[in-house]
Parts: sequence; structure tokens; C-alpha cells
Amino acid sequence: MTNIRREIRLLLNGDEVALADVRPDETLLDLLRLRRSLRGSKEGCAEGDCGACTVLVGRVSNGELIYEGVNACIRFVGSLDGCHVVTIEHLKRPDGSLHPVQQAMVDFHGSQCGFCTPGFVMSLYALWMRSPEPSDREIETALQGNLCRCTGYEAITRAARAVSSYGRVTEDALARERDNIRARLAAMHDRKRVEIGEGEDRLVVPASVDDLAEVLAAEPTATIVAGSTDVGLWVTKFMRDIAPVVFTGGLEGLQQIGEMNGTITIGAGVSYTAARDFLAWRIPALGPLIDRIGGDQVRNMGTIGGNIANGSPIGDTPPPLIALGATLTLRRGAERRTLPLEDFFIDYGKQDRQPGEFVEAVHVPIPAPKAHFAAYKITKRRDEDITAVLGAFHLHVTDGKVSSVRIAYGGMAATPKRARAVEAALLGRPWNAETVEAALPAFDEDFQPISDMRASATYRMLAAKNLLRRFLVETSGTGKPFTVKRYEEA
Amino acid sequence: MNRHALPDLTAKAISGGVATDRRHDSAHKHVTGEAVYIDDMPEPAGTLHGCLGLSTVAHGAIVAMDLAAVRAAPGVVDVLTAGDIPGVNDISPSGRHDEPVLAEGKVQFLGQPVFAVIAETREQARRACKLAKIDYDELPAVLDVEGLDPLSDRLVAPGLTLKRGNAAEAISKAPRSISGKMRVGGQDHFYLEGHIALAVPGEDRDVTVHSSTQHPSEVQHMVAHALGVPSHAVTVEVRRMGGGFGGKETQSNQFAAIAAVAAKKLVRAVKIRPDRDDDMTATGKRHDFLIDYEVGFDDEGNILGVDYVYAARCGFSSDLSGPVTDRALFHCDNAYFYPAVKAVSAPLYTNTVSNTAFRGFGGPQGMVGAERVIDEVAFALGKDPLEIRKRNFYGVSERNVTPYHQTVEDNVVQRIVEELETACDYAGRRREIAAFNANSGIVKRGIALTPVKFGISFTATHFNQAGALVHVYTDGSVHLNHGGTEMGQGLYVKVAQVVAETFQIDIEQVKITATTTGKVPNTSATAASSGSDLNGMAAQNAAQQIKDRLVAFAAEKYEVPVEQVVFLPNRVRVGNQEIPFGDLVKQAYMARVQLSAAGFYKTPKIHWDREKGEGHPFYYFAYGAACSEVSVDTLTGEYVVERTDILHETGRSLNRAIDLGQVEGAFIQGMGWLTTEELVWDEKGRLRTHAPSTYKIPLASDRPKIFNVALADWSENAEPTIHKSKAVGEPPFMLGMSVLHALSDAVASVAGHRVCPRLDAPATPERVLMAVERLRAAAGT
Repeated sequence: MTNIRREIRLLLNGDEVALADVRPDETLLDLLRLRRSLRGSKEGCAEGDCGACTVLVGRVSNGELIYEGVNACIRFVGSLDGCHVVTIEHLKRPDGSLHPVQQAMVDFHGSQCGFCTPGFVMSLYALWMRSPEPSDREIETALQGNLCRCTGYEAITRAARAVSSYGRVTEDALARERDNIRARLAAMHDRKRVEIGEGEDRLVVPASVDDLAEVLAAEPTATIVAGSTDVGLWVTKFMRDIAPVVFTGGLEGLQQIGEMNGTITIGAGVSYTAARDFLAWRIPALGPLIDRIGGDQVRNMGTIGGNIANGSPIGDTPPPLIALGATLTLRRGAERRTLPLEDFFIDYGKQDRQPGEFVEAVHVPIPAPKAHFAAYKITKRRDEDITAVLGAFHLHVTDGKVSSVRIAYGGMAATPKRARAVEAALLGRPWNAETVEAALPAFDEDFQPISDMRASATYRMLAAKNLLRRFLVETSGTGKPFTVKRYEEA
Repeated sequence: MNRHALPDLTAKAISGGVATDRRHDSAHKHVTGEAVYIDDMPEPAGTLHGCLGLSTVAHGAIVAMDLAAVRAAPGVVDVLTAGDIPGVNDISPSGRHDEPVLAEGKVQFLGQPVFAVIAETREQARRACKLAKIDYDELPAVLDVEGLDPLSDRLVAPGLTLKRGNAAEAISKAPRSISGKMRVGGQDHFYLEGHIALAVPGEDRDVTVHSSTQHPSEVQHMVAHALGVPSHAVTVEVRRMGGGFGGKETQSNQFAAIAAVAAKKLVRAVKIRPDRDDDMTATGKRHDFLIDYEVGFDDEGNILGVDYVYAARCGFSSDLSGPVTDRALFHCDNAYFYPAVKAVSAPLYTNTVSNTAFRGFGGPQGMVGAERVIDEVAFALGKDPLEIRKRNFYGVSERNVTPYHQTVEDNVVQRIVEELETACDYAGRRREIAAFNANSGIVKRGIALTPVKFGISFTATHFNQAGALVHVYTDGSVHLNHGGTEMGQGLYVKVAQVVAETFQIDIEQVKITATTTGKVPNTSATAASSGSDLNGMAAQNAAQQIKDRLVAFAAEKYEVPVEQVVFLPNRVRVGNQEIPFGDLVKQAYMARVQLSAAGFYKTPKIHWDREKGEGHPFYYFAYGAACSEVSVDTLTGEYVVERTDILHETGRSLNRAIDLGQVEGAFIQGMGWLTTEELVWDEKGRLRTHAPSTYKIPLASDRPKIFNVALADWSENAEPTIHKSKAVGEPPFMLGMSVLHALSDAVASVAGHRVCPRLDAPATPERVLMAVERLRAAAGT
């Protein structure tokens, strides 16, 4: 077949690489370290948490070449067709002098044991490219996905603030090479489906969304991999066989986000990073929430569609989207169906997705101007932590009374779940402390949370109730702080 | 970079001498990814890869082991079990023979290595491991120290008792007394580079092991025992570790021993690098403690007597638990004088991973107990805890004897605390916080200023020795080797600064070389903050020997008195002429002067009688203090560290930039231990927090929003240490206590500071919220 290619093509630093022998579960880090002897990127955790393996991936998105930090340990090679991979080895200049980020890290004593350092350098490089004079908040957000056990981060943040005094972004090699790289990537992009291997070695990169539908119709049990922030761990941690694998992360047709008639439609392939500013603009409470999902690398890879499709009870986007009344479009072949998001989650690990079907888009109604909406995530550690409890609240008050209410929680049940008894206890009543206190016992009807390493059942229930109290305080306009904050919100 | 430049013969000062802010010697290599860690080394042809098979029950007899499927798996070359250990199947560093390399007959914790798969690739070894079928006859497992009797239940090593005066009598006669209990959690090291060993077989019985270890000599000895060969057959080398923090003091032994046994058996190089989850499950951590305390005090807040029992969860073997729990007792006073004291340690046996060294080595747990007692006294009297702290500080010339009968001779805690208290405006901010809290509903603020006094020296006196090897080549360049290991703390550069200073040559002339048992033998672990103190002195001693020979040679050759041979930067003035260092060295060589020396150092003054609980175990003390302010959400227990101010002393620092990094990093690590780093085992004894997704060390966004760190510029060591500097690795770790106490202070505000919050550690948001609830209930608010 002429429209099928049998190799993955990518640009690795300065080299064009064609790989005909990629295994479906081969990680980028293994490619770098084992096959290419590029051992500057380190494995610290193999689960996308520590950032020691951070590399940049450049890709053309809506005509623009963008570079983002990713975790090479859980990124599959099959997902990199037509991308530019930039590793720590690419930073030093040909004359041996250091890159501005590297020199700043040296001068400000930003490394001690040095093992995490290449990852930090890459994350700071990505930050510098998008924000040459970063605020402290930007620095901290950019470093959420990088763990350092030695320095306490102070020296690293000092270096981060100083990078631009060492060089200008416009003079950086990746900036100067931009047109050249775009041309080389464009030349690789032949709009063909990529297929490699058979059976447990089989991977497919569809050429388009329609092609994806066709591939899945033929391979209904294939593992769909978008950002691989979850599936990556199935491989690195559980050594599960995931083939055949269909990689959807590169499909531009799934990466559209837009608004029509008061509803935002998010393609299933839109990453958290790509969605963040748009969502924060239209639904401000979602901005700070997205900023606390994973680290920068995970947000660059992970997709809202994937967060929904994998059905985790502690996924961070389903509760707020359910509270907002979102709907989901699933597609099989040419058939589409749309259902309320909350109905997609049937039970633990069980979703309403048929073989061959895939999540195509989620549709999110924008709350009315006078509606109250909030989403509160509680974790042991503020950033880059998996949720213990997440409460999302969407409420209208008319003439002092609750005229409509949708509340959904994560971490409180086997699925993301609406608090219907609590909603019933609030509906039609005055929006005040008395009503809230009277509604609290209804939580025990809605939820029977479990105890695990993230939180006890007792804490989960208490905190869940208190989040409703917090929501009341936040919406009642007392002006008093309703929670602790790392940053003053804009 | 590092291009070999000719030394400047007119320089007024050398580059990289002592007391300069020299950057880490590997900084360039760190930021370029060129620093080589063991997994980055080119592998010898035919290198095999190992994976350890871990037990799946906490305590049980091994009834049957079916490894046929493992052996048959793709790529598997061999599967090792206890019977394959040719020498002694033991790696217990305490000599108690209680820690097998591979489990034999029984397993004593969930995660204990039972077998090792050796395969062509790491992936194949990992996959094969999962195919094992082992039947256990499960036995009752002791998972926690709660409910154990410290006096009668099984210990892994003898406990210690420290006693001065009659504590029971002092408490019973005191106007007031309080007793209580505190839980302090453990901590995973979370070095970014996990354990790894690469064993390369040599001829005869030889083997070379590249090990990520803080203690190459012990790895050498353990590998030799496991192989049943003399120590001379084993060479252990370590250029650098990607972090250690105590986690690689003894825990590297197992991986090295198994890799070496496999390498010798199969006559191929073998590398073992456990996955992060296996690393965290199978290797020891900081001990968690249950501390029982009773304190007698007067109405002013003077402590009159204290009684402590420190019960530690040690795990299934002794490892370093004896000395760790000893050090907890050595720090049950922190910076406070106890007129009468009794403190007892109980290193308890449990069916959990064997806990081990971790920065502070039990000292932090001891001090957390002391600070809880301060809180109890303060809340009982309705006073600011800082007032109680200051009231009970050691005196300078009186009230200065520790529970172990050592007199504190170098006390500067008052000065440190006073300077910090003023600099951070403790009093003003305490008033502001009170005003804020009075007017705030959900968010409450808290502040605390806590001191640190930490004893420096290995309490096992014989470890306080070090060796170094210095060669001067005929071009004037210097090869430096010593027994200390580099784990990021900057030891290598500090010792190189000492050598450069001694010879008065630029540090670029000094080559820092990998630590290896073949060059400097019988070394101590790089631990107990002792690295620079010991190895700096040993290297100085070696350099000085060569320097003395050069002086004698020059005086003789140029016929001048030895006083007229003076080492200037990169040159030597001999009489009226200046000779480049390299030229003088060449001349000395031609005259057959030995240009190599082995240096040695042993710490003076220290002695310790453990039976009596008396002696002078510490050469000196290091001091510091921190003040932290937090905001707490009393609906969820979430919190933010608003500000931390630190004043810490490092003597006449060899390198203030390095020391500052140690203080900042240690504080954050200490804060992590007491806040978000929570180890959770389930009822089966399985560690549920075994990777960064579940075990939460601090991030950049957990730093105090305002973070002011100062090193006391007036500080110098009262003892003649290397250039009068002080150790810095561990002491600032305990500065993190200020965050725990600030959280406690914020919690206390919900009950009007009338009830001691008794906030246990780690103070996760959950624990903070539960403390808030408890206090509200107690205060009826």
C-alpha cells in the first residue's frame, strides 16, 4: 500500500533518524540511552514525576514550531513521528562554551549531586524560550515536574531568574534554526499512516482522525495512546503488554479547541498546556486547577481526552467538567454519539466505551455570568501530586436562593461522581451557612470514601464537607481569605 | 573548558584556595550531562543485567521456590539464590550476622531480596523476575512499634541509657509535670540516582565493583565476605553519587555483593540497577520513632527533670540501628540543659525493611522530642515557646553538662538565636500574626523559632580517622585522592581547595580523582558530616609532607635557611629568587625527592564509654536557628510556608557558596521530612509510597515564599579543625523543625493557645486538620 510507511522518522538533535524497528512500547529514554548512547538524560523514577529525563520535543502545531519539555521515560518513540527531539547533549555550543541556561546554573551553584541537573536545564530552557524574564510563579510552575533532593531549589531559581543576562532567546540556536527545522520536519510529514510490526510488536500512527477511526474499526482492542502519561506507566511499572498500540498524539484533527454558542469544544488530543489559557480565559477557575495537574512535562503530553477516557476516580478534569454539565462525543467508524460526561463513568475501571470506539471531543458549557463556579483540589503536597479529594461546585443563586446546583467530586468514590443528595439538600434553599450546615449529612448518602496512602476516609469526608463551606465563604464576598495561597491570583 | 592553562606566576592569590566561593568541581559536567554516573559508563562487552526478586510477604518460611519459569524466560542467563553465595551469606554492617544477601529459609519483611535474575538485558531480567512462584508459610508479622514494650520486646541491638541526676525524683518534686507521647515518621532518602552496582570480573579472584556508595571500604569488605576471598581481591570505586543522604552508607552492600557474585560466577560484567519502586521497597530509610516523655518544670518554665523513652522501628536487622538510636539520645537535649535526665532507647525489631542512616542519623528524631517537651511546658504556662527555649538553653560556663556528661565548651546558641530573633523581627511579627488570627476565620498563621545544636564526630570513636594520597607529578600538577566520597555535597572541591592552599597552586593544577579502595584503604563512610573535617585534614597532611620535603630540598640546594623558602601563588621564593612551582618540583625529582605521600588524620579529644553512658563523644558542636511562618487553611489543613529566616554557623568556612547550598538544601529536606513526606505501609506490611507519585518530597513551590539564609560571619571553630571550619552536612537539616512548630503554633490559635497541639510528624494537611479538629473539640469552639 502506498499510503503506509514502515518507519518512524524524527529529528534527533541535528540528525534525521529513521527507525524501522521501533517496538510499540519502546520509550524515548531507552532510545536515547541504550540505542544512541546519549546518556545525559537520566532515569530517576520511570513514571514521569522526577523530571531527570526531561527533553524537549519540537512539533509543528497550527503552522508554528513549538518546543515543549516532556518526560522521555514515559514518552513512546512511536509518538514522535515528525518531531524534533532536543536533548541536553544539543545545548553546548560548537566551540564548547555553555548555553546561557547552563552557565547560569553553574554560576549560581544550581547543581550539587548533578543527577537531576540535565532535566532542570531542559525545563529552564523551555521556560526561557517562552518567557525570557520569568516571574517567580512562572519559574515554580515550570519546575513542578523536576525534583531536586540536594539544593532546596533556591540556587536553581536564582539561576532561572538570571538566564536572560547570559544571552538572548532570539540568538539561541533553536531560534536561529527555526525555519530550517520546520522545513526538515515538513519534509518528513508525508501524511502517510505508519505501521510497524505484527502482533505484540505492532504499532500504528494513523494519518488522520478518519484514518484513526478506520484503524480502530479493524483493531477494536488496540491500546489508544495520546499523551502516554498513564499508559507509559503500564509499561515502565507494570510491564504490561499493550500492543497493538495506536498513537493519536500527533493528530491535529483532535487538537482543536474552540467556542460556539457558549460551549467550548475540546478535541480529545488537546493537551493540558494547549487548553490552559483558553479555558482560563473563559472559565477562570480552571486555570489554577490545570496548573496543579502533574508537572509541566505531564501537562505538555497529557490530554483532557485521555484524562476522561482512562476513567480514573482521581482524574482532575472530570469533576469540574461534570459540574459544568459537559458532554462527551464518542466515535466508532463514521458513527458518533454524545452522552453526558457523568454517564460515561460506570464503575471503577469501567467506562461506557465500546470496542473500536474512541473519545473524540468533550463539550463544556460556559457558566452563566452570574453563576458561581469553583474547583478545589486537595493534595498532600501542593503541586504535582495526585488528588486526595477534588470538589467542583457550580451554582446559581436567584433571589437569595439556590436555583440550580451541580456538585461533583473526585477521590470520593470509584468514579468521578456527582453529589446528588447534597445538591438536593441545597436546591431551593437560601445560599447561606444554615443551608450548608444542614446539607452536610447528605454527603454520607453520596459518598463512602476509602482510606489509602493519600488520605484516610475520615479526612476525605471531612475535607469534602469543608470544601462546600469554603465555596460558601468564597461566594459570599466577605473579603476574608477562604484558603491559603501560594500566589495572589491575577 | 578546563583547558590546561599555564599558572600565573605573578598572581597575588591562587585561584580556588580555602575560603573562596569555588563552584562545584563537576558543575560544568552536571549542566552538560557529561558527568558520568555508573549507569552512564560504557559497559564492558557482554555485560549482563540483574534484577532482584523480592518477597511478597512480611514474615514467613519459604516452603517452596519454583524458579523454572524464571530460568526459561527470554534472555535469562542465570538465577541466583542464597546457595549461590560462595562465601558468607551476610552483609550486616554491625557484625551481628542478621542480614542475608539473599533470604535463606525465611523472609522477614515484604520486599526482601530472595533471588536474583541475571539476563542479557535489564528489561528481560525485570520481566523474568515476575514469573517466580514462591510458597510461604506465613508467620505473624510485627509491623509497628505501637503496642510493643521497649523494655521486654525484641531488640535488634542493645538499647542505651543516658542518665544524669535523678530524673524521677526531679520530676516528682517539680511544681508541675506533664507526660505525653509523640510519633515521628520516617523518611525515604529519595536520592535521584538510585542504587546501582557494576561488577567487572578480573583475573584470579579479582573483581572490580563500581558502586554508588558512601562507604567503599565496607562494600569492599562485604563483597569479599560474600565471595569468600580476601579484601585485596576486591576493588571498589566510586567517582560520584547522584545523592546519598545516608541511604548509601550500608544499603549499597547488597547490590554490590550480588553483582559481584554473579560476575565471578558467569565471568561477565554484571550490572544491577533496581527500579525506583524496588529501591524504595527493598532498602532502609530514616527510622520512625515513638517517643514517650515526661517533664517536670517550675512556674517560670525552667525544666527540672525529663524522662524519655525513644522507641524506634528498626526493621528486621540491626544495620546501623544501634548507633542511630544512640544518637537520638545524644540529641534528646537539643540545645537545652536538663538538671536531671534519663533517656532510654529501644531499637525494636519489626518485620519491615531494615532502617538505616539518614542525614542527622537519629539526631533529628531526638531533637524533635526535645522540642515537643518545650511546647508542652510553654502551653502549660501560657507562654511563648521561644521564651521557654531561651530560658532552658545551655549556659556558657555553667549549666553546660550534657546527658552524656560531656561539657559543652563552645556554646553560641544564645548569640545565634538573639541575632536571628532581631533580624527576623520575631516579636513584631508575633504581634501581627495574633492580630491577623483574631480577625481571620479560615486561615490562621503561626510562627516558631527553633534552635539546633548538633554534635560532630562518629560516636564510634574508631571511625574518626581518614587517609589521603597525594602525588605531585614532574610538571607540577597534582593528583589528589582520599577516602571521602562525593555525593553532591562538594567534598571533592573543598579538599582540593585545601591541597591547593597548602601548595599555593591554582586549583586547576589539582586533579580530583575517584575514590577507590586501591589507593586509600580502610576508610570510614562519608557520613556524620565528617567528610571535610577528616579528609581535608588527611589531604593537608599528605600535601604538607611533600611540601616539607620540597622546602628541605630547596634550602639545601640553594643554601638558604628553611625560613627563606616561602610558597607564593604558583611559585616558591627561595632566598632572593622566585622559582615556578613546577620547576622546583622538576628539580626535586631530578634530585630524587619523593613526590608522593599518604596522609592520615585522627580526631583528637574524643572518647566514649557506652556502658557507663559517659564520655566526650563529640569533638565540637555546630549551631544554627531558623524562624518560620506559615498560613494554615483550617478547613482542609493545607498550608503554605510564608517565610523562613535562617542563621547558621559553619566556622571559618572553606567555601561559603557550597555551605550555603548545604544549609538551604538541608532545611528543605528537613522540612519535607516533617511535612509532606509520609511513608505508608498497609496491613500486609507492603510499602504503599514507593515512588515519587505517592511519596512527596518538596518541590520548588514548597520553598518558603520568602527565604533568608545567612551564615554567621563571626563563627570559627573553637577546635583546630581544618582551617577552623565546621561540618555542615547534617546540622542544618534540623532547621526544618521550625516549620513543624510554626504549623503547631497556627493550629494552637484555634484554641487560644491554651492547648498543646501535639502535632505529630509528618504534619501532612490531614494531620494538621485533625489537630485543628482535636483542639476545637478540646476548647469547645
